[in-house]
Amino acid sequence: MSMPLVLHQARYDLRAFLRNKQGRYFTLILPIVLLVVFVSVGVGGKTVGPDHADSSTYYVPGLSALAIVAASFVNLVISITAQREAGVLKRRRATPVPAWVLIAGRTLTAIVVSLATLTMLLAVGHFAYGIELSAATIPDVAVTAIVGSAAFCVLGYALSTRIRSADAAQPMVQALMLPLYFISGVFVPSVDLPGWLRHVASAFPVEHLADGLSHAYSPASGVVWSDLAVLSLWAAGGLVLALRRFSWTPSTTTT
Amino acid sequence: MTAIANATTPRPPGQPGGEAAISIRGLGKRYGRVEAVRGIDLDVAPGEIFAFLGPNGAGKTTTVEILEGFRHRTEGEVSVLGVDPDAGDGGWRNRLGIVLQESQPEPGLTVREALELYAGYYARPRDVEETIALVALDEKADTLGEQLSGGQRRRLDVALALIGDPELIFLDEPTTGFDPQARRAAWQVVEGLRALGKTIFLTTHYMDEAERLADRIAVIAAGRIVALGTPETIGRRDRRAATITFSLPANLRGAHLPAGLRGVTHLDDRGRATIRTETPLVQLLQLSGWAIAADLDLPDLDVRRPTLEDVYLELTRDRKDG
Repeated sequence: MSMPLVLHQARYDLRAFLRNKQGRYFTLILPIVLLVVFVSVGVGGKTVGPDHADSSTYYVPGLSALAIVAASFVNLVISITAQREAGVLKRRRATPVPAWVLIAGRTLTAIVVSLATLTMLLAVGHFAYGIELSAATIPDVAVTAIVGSAAFCVLGYALSTRIRSADAAQPMVQALMLPLYFISGVFVPSVDLPGWLRHVASAFPVEHLADGLSHAYSPASGVVWSDLAVLSLWAAGGLVLALRRFSWTPSTTTT
Repeated sequence: MTAIANATTPRPPGQPGGEAAISIRGLGKRYGRVEAVRGIDLDVAPGEIFAFLGPNGAGKTTTVEILEGFRHRTEGEVSVLGVDPDAGDGGWRNRLGIVLQESQPEPGLTVREALELYAGYYARPRDVEETIALVALDEKADTLGEQLSGGQRRRLDVALALIGDPELIFLDEPTTGFDPQARRAAWQVVEGLRALGKTIFLTTHYMDEAERLADRIAVIAAGRIVALGTPETIGRRDRRAATITFSLPANLRGAHLPAGLRGVTHLDDRGRATIRTETPLVQLLQLSGWAIAADLDLPDLDVRRPTLEDVYLELTRDRKDG
């Protein structure tokens, strides 16, 4: 297979990502800024969540979910839409490179960025707030993060089929994601929400990523397969839409 | 003897021989009830620079995108490098280079990085540095694509199309929006490709570009080829009337002209004389004999063949929609 070509693509996608100020800020920096702010302000009190966890301990998994969505979904939708409208995707498709290599390379980039941001969140949590990390949880966190990242990449490809211009991408993804962050336990602990809103949230993938991560971080619970199953279901739906509708060419056509 | 001579003499561009780089028979493309392309036949020979001209909406982009495998035809047969573009796979794309009409640089990558990325897509890529030099971007190799000027971006596009060392290159309006210097630079790049033996399928709105670069030209209007030929002969350009103009000295009138010219010379109010003729040498001989005898030097004497643009405008006039 063309794994070396996927790595080649991911290497240049990653380099381009790191050169983009906006992408860098919203993906790498913002989750850490939010962690510091939330813990300092004490959103939800000194202890939060069902287990009365320390607020810093609570927010690391929540903001990990945000970081993964930012790297995999938000950043991907914005960059793919811009590249499509600029003719960049079409020009790549004019070469022998297979479509799946471009998609896999971009997804791998998102996963790498997600894991890097997660590592930074954990490092800040550990050194600034003394969060204890159990080495035993690392595989569980990694599996949950990778499945979540891949699922949100597929959803990103699916959403990009519904966005016509690069300008519309940023407001559209934020309009979709901000409410979901609030009701999915990313910003505000879910237990503080009314029951019906928690039901609404549980229909969407963000809640399952946040829930899956918060359990994965705790040595007692490990990987929550039901959360990963819901994420995969969403990804499967997204894949169907993306396969049927994804376009490599700009939306304006001439004869 | 003839057969041997044919086999050993280099084939002049545009003459059919061997496998055509592009072969089109009865190509048709319909969008719903609109017929964008209505039965095109064309052959492009290997090593030829072929210019494809036509007004917007004539079916030019549709035809080019069918050849490139981006759109699917509704009628006819098409072969590009011996392959049906609808069935074109990676092996086929390895032999093609495509400069799209509109495409921006790879965001976040320098000239060199973009070429390294694309080199990885091909089986036998050209050398990156050599390709940068070919499009004269040496000094910009470490500059981000989005920081290049319009002309430099287009040259980067050409470099990206060349990095796979293609046999056939599509250039879709490669110099639109260029200043004259940038256009000359781009032409030199294309002429360099000719020297490398590449086949080039060029679309352009600039007649001087087609005239300078192309071995042959096809003009499409309302979905049909309306003329095909060399820049010199297309649309019977070489057979069309030439125009002789000169100013009649102030003290002379039309009646002073030699008898053979009186009937065919048109004089305007300012004494400017115009002769439209299919036999310019005959009229020039009469005119110069008369002028020398009368000791006139006719300093603004001008003989003009119809330009490619004159012919093109006539060919495409009133053909917006057949």
